[in-house]
Amino acid sequence: MSLNDLIFLLPEIILATGASLLLIAPVTGLRDSISAKWAMIALLIITAGSLLACSWAVPGMEQTAGFARMFALDAFSIFFKLLFLFVVAIVVLLSDDFLRESRYSTWEYYSLLGFALCGMMFMASGVHLATIYIGLELLSLSSYILAGYYKNEQKSTEAAMKYFVLGAVSSAILLYGISLIYGVCGTLNLLDIARALSTVVSNDALMFGVILLACGLCFKIAAAPFHVWTPDVYEGAPTPITAFLSTGSKAAAFAIFVRIFYVALPGFHLDWSMVLATVAALSMIVGNLAAITQESVKRLLAYSSIAHAGYVLMGIVAMNVMGLRGVLVYSFVYVFANLGIWSIVLMMKRHEYAGEKVSDFEGLHSRSPFWAFSMFVFLLSLGGIPPTAGFIGKYFLFYAAVQAGFGWLAIIAVLMSAVSMFYYLRIVVAMYLRDGKEADVTASGALKFVAAVCVVATIVFGVVPNDLIDQVSSSAKGLHNKGAVTRNATR
Amino acid sequence: MTQALLMRYLLWPLVKFLGAFIVVQAIVAAMNWVERRLLGLIQARLGPNRVGWHGLLQIVADPIKFLLKEDIVPSSSEKVAYFLGPMLPLIPTFMVYCLIPFGPPPMFIAARVNVALLLVLALTSTGVYGIILGGWASNNKYSLMGGLRSAAQMVSYEVPFGLSIVGVLMICGSLDLVRIVDYQANNAWNLFPQIVAFFIFFVSMNAENNRTPFDLPEAESELVAGYHTEYSAMKFAFFMLAEYSAMIVNSCLVTLLFLGGWTMAIDGKGLTTQQLVSMGVLGGIIGLAIFLTKMMFFMFVYIWFRATFPRFRFDQLMDLGWKWMIPLALGNIVVTGVFVLIGQERLMYWIGLATLGAIGFHIFRKPVPAVKAKTAHEVAHAS
Amino acid sequence: MTPAFAVFLIVGTIAVASSILVISMRNPVHSALFLLLTFLCVAVLFVMKGAEFVGAVQVLVYAGGIMVLFLFVVMLINVRHLPDEKVLSNFWKGGFAVGLGVFILFVAVVRPGVYHDEQLDKSRLTSVKERIWTESHKNPGTYTYRRVHRTNANSEAVGMALYTDYLVPFEVASLFLLVAMIGAIVIGKRELSATEEETAQQFILERVETEKEVKEAMSA
Repeated sequence: MSLNDLIFLLPEIILATGASLLLIAPVTGLRDSISAKWAMIALLIITAGSLLACSWAVPGMEQTAGFARMFALDAFSIFFKLLFLFVVAIVVLLSDDFLRESRYSTWEYYSLLGFALCGMMFMASGVHLATIYIGLELLSLSSYILAGYYKNEQKSTEAAMKYFVLGAVSSAILLYGISLIYGVCGTLNLLDIARALSTVVSNDALMFGVILLACGLCFKIAAAPFHVWTPDVYEGAPTPITAFLSTGSKAAAFAIFVRIFYVALPGFHLDWSMVLATVAALSMIVGNLAAITQESVKRLLAYSSIAHAGYVLMGIVAMNVMGLRGVLVYSFVYVFANLGIWSIVLMMKRHEYAGEKVSDFEGLHSRSPFWAFSMFVFLLSLGGIPPTAGFIGKYFLFYAAVQAGFGWLAIIAVLMSAVSMFYYLRIVVAMYLRDGKEADVTASGALKFVAAVCVVATIVFGVVPNDLIDQVSSSAKGLHNKGAVTRNATR
Repeated sequence: MTQALLMRYLLWPLVKFLGAFIVVQAIVAAMNWVERRLLGLIQARLGPNRVGWHGLLQIVADPIKFLLKEDIVPSSSEKVAYFLGPMLPLIPTFMVYCLIPFGPPPMFIAARVNVALLLVLALTSTGVYGIILGGWASNNKYSLMGGLRSAAQMVSYEVPFGLSIVGVLMICGSLDLVRIVDYQANNAWNLFPQIVAFFIFFVSMNAENNRTPFDLPEAESELVAGYHTEYSAMKFAFFMLAEYSAMIVNSCLVTLLFLGGWTMAIDGKGLTTQQLVSMGVLGGIIGLAIFLTKMMFFMFVYIWFRATFPRFRFDQLMDLGWKWMIPLALGNIVVTGVFVLIGQERLMYWIGLATLGAIGFHIFRKPVPAVKAKTAHEVAHAS
Repeated sequence: MTPAFAVFLIVGTIAVASSILVISMRNPVHSALFLLLTFLCVAVLFVMKGAEFVGAVQVLVYAGGIMVLFLFVVMLINVRHLPDEKVLSNFWKGGFAVGLGVFILFVAVVRPGVYHDEQLDKSRLTSVKERIWTESHKNPGTYTYRRVHRTNANSEAVGMALYTDYLVPFEVASLFLLVAMIGAIVIGKRELSATEEETAQQFILERVETEKEVKEAMSA
């Protein structure tokens, strides 16, 4: 370790310092939520700038690992970090109204978001299970608090409590798995684990450890047998935080999922692929079937996000280049579609919790045709219908599954996508074919901006996906081309 | 073979422990009389002087009284916890005697552990259980308040207590008490470079022991007698025993950490450990005497404090701990770290010495005559 | 049976038994005290494995700090006894079965030979390598270092590992604790009502004024 290693950490250091400063900023007399918002946005921009500067300024730093091989700043992590920064910036814009209406402390809210982002960035960069785990915990703890931010509302408190208890148990399971893996391999570094496992033929304890690890991670991405917390938490949490949980925190969990299984455990692919394939199939079936009967939009989207976790798991099960790219592309396009939907949901909001029923969308077209159309585009993207970006993601994932010999999984996925279109179209039908109660769409500028950005991105990446695919391919290269990582990181 | 091991690891430490135990208990018993006489002296009265020569037999009379008094157990108390309360703090305090070197090793230390300091801290930190448990079990509002105050106070002051030691560790580079003392004998007392840490340690030590001016858990003007309101006879005596034993432990610690323990040497010249060991039994006795003298000085300062300072208010106590002591201790760590990093520990000694000199000058300079109070006439004209 | 194994059996049994008592006691204070006992037993187990530092810190932090605060809160809300309702819910059979299943799986899976290193490598726990920089005599201004190998230094070995190799997770853990603190404050804080917020500053000003007056009166 040397001082040069600090450059790897520069964005995280800036972010953590900034988030701490946000905490003490109100002492100076700045108390209003608007300056808090702009301070947070400025912090995010500085962090993004430093991240880009770090990756450009030091050529050849990609794919290397610093701090005794704890932390890597490779193309994969930069891709995800920029995605997280974008998500959090959008969530800040979405939170504005919510914070102004309520009397809850603003600066602490943004500070917690900053720390959550910091945890996500450590997850994306961690190449050592200790770093990954502690990053995950930082994210989780911030999320528990943010989910309970409506502390006078019973539902929000309940959501935070459920999330916390189940999250703590799942972390314990994850940690148990990690400890067993450490017992077998004698190391927590992902590359060293892969190397240690290259000599191991089969080992029950290791298998048990990997399964426990997968269980813990599946909880974090809300895959099927570990999904029960999702609808309650998504429904109870403040809507901007729901948006954050369903996009940012999920994408971060995918990032570590991919990194752990692609880098550390490829040698045991045969053993764990069937387990994860079952989980993926179960998530798609349970998520989509349960979503059909939901009346609340938040719960509906919660179940649909369970199903989407199942789709992404296919890419991890496939364990090939296509699958890896698929996970990245899907996380990317899913963020846009989902954040867009949440911004529209926020526009529909009338009072604290109401206004989130499917029936509230009735007649949206006659009131504001553009937002109805945006919602339509987002729903199409989630369903994976061609002109939108969601199609590209699904294409990669399905293709990867077929290529890896998981044809049956791909068939389930296609069938379930068809089922998902059914409940997505329920909202569309409500918007276009029903008469509404002529209630206002209360959209602030920030919400309109977010929705517009998301709709443009969803369509553009759907129509001309080449740039995205190129970017993803180069980001995924470092991870899949294991030789390169090994060579550089062991220097 | 087994016998030798048994001797080495069981019998011999046990004997040493018993020796330390007896000596410390004797000091505790004597302290009872010393404290009351001293308080009397400071407050211009006599103190106990009836039983024996200058009241010296008071040392015997008090335990007899405790033994013979009725042991009252309140009917609404939690019996088991009420019984355990006075016993619990004694165990860790006695265990600490095994770890403290009372004189040059290996003679005067029951068990030399390489993390001795940490273990001492850990064990003393569990001493609070007896107080909060006793306070709670008595099922009395005043007792409970005393227990709660004690819990808050001891946890709060544990932090500066521990942090102040870090500076010493950074300079000495060991958690082994013997090595810390040796380092001081080969350089100089840690009191000089760690003057700030010494101050924090000393204040926190008073607070840890619930001694005046931090005796809020048993503040008689507010809480009758605090956590031991309902305790009588031998159970009450156990609380006192634990408190005085803990005072002795802390005095030993401050002696070892800041005043060079059983050595009397600067820069390796004087009575260092090697010097004392080479002198054989005589050296051991000299070392023990030096150690006990330094320790008794701090016991005296405890009493001196009690006679001098009025009690803090509870919020003042918390303010002092969290807003002053902890930041000060952290600052001390940073400063010490900088000096260690640039390799200028020697400079710290001179700075500490200069500070001590300045404090001494301030205390002992000729008292300034009191400012004459302004008359009403002057006040009216000044404004 | 070696003495160490005998101690392990005794201490381990006490640890498990007391941890079961923690969850089965009706009185929260008793639960907390059994938890304390569990912590102490675990500390003994740590020491037996050659990790004296972790053992000492276990007592210092958990027994001396966290459990005291536990007791503090329990006593502050003064719950003497939990209400006498059914201790076990209807799910206990399922939960017990799952627990037993996992336990059996563990026993079956973790057996001698599965771990990478059956013999505990104590040297890593007890020795520390240190770089000592010295100025070379021949050409001043250049520094060389030699490695010093010190044994019997568990706490130094832990410190070295934490502040060099594990620096990143260690620092992130501090952020984690900060977030926990913020969370406790944000959730525990009472929001002022609109009128209170308006009058709060006035109230503080008044109080400061009063304090000033009192001080002046005292000094006069």
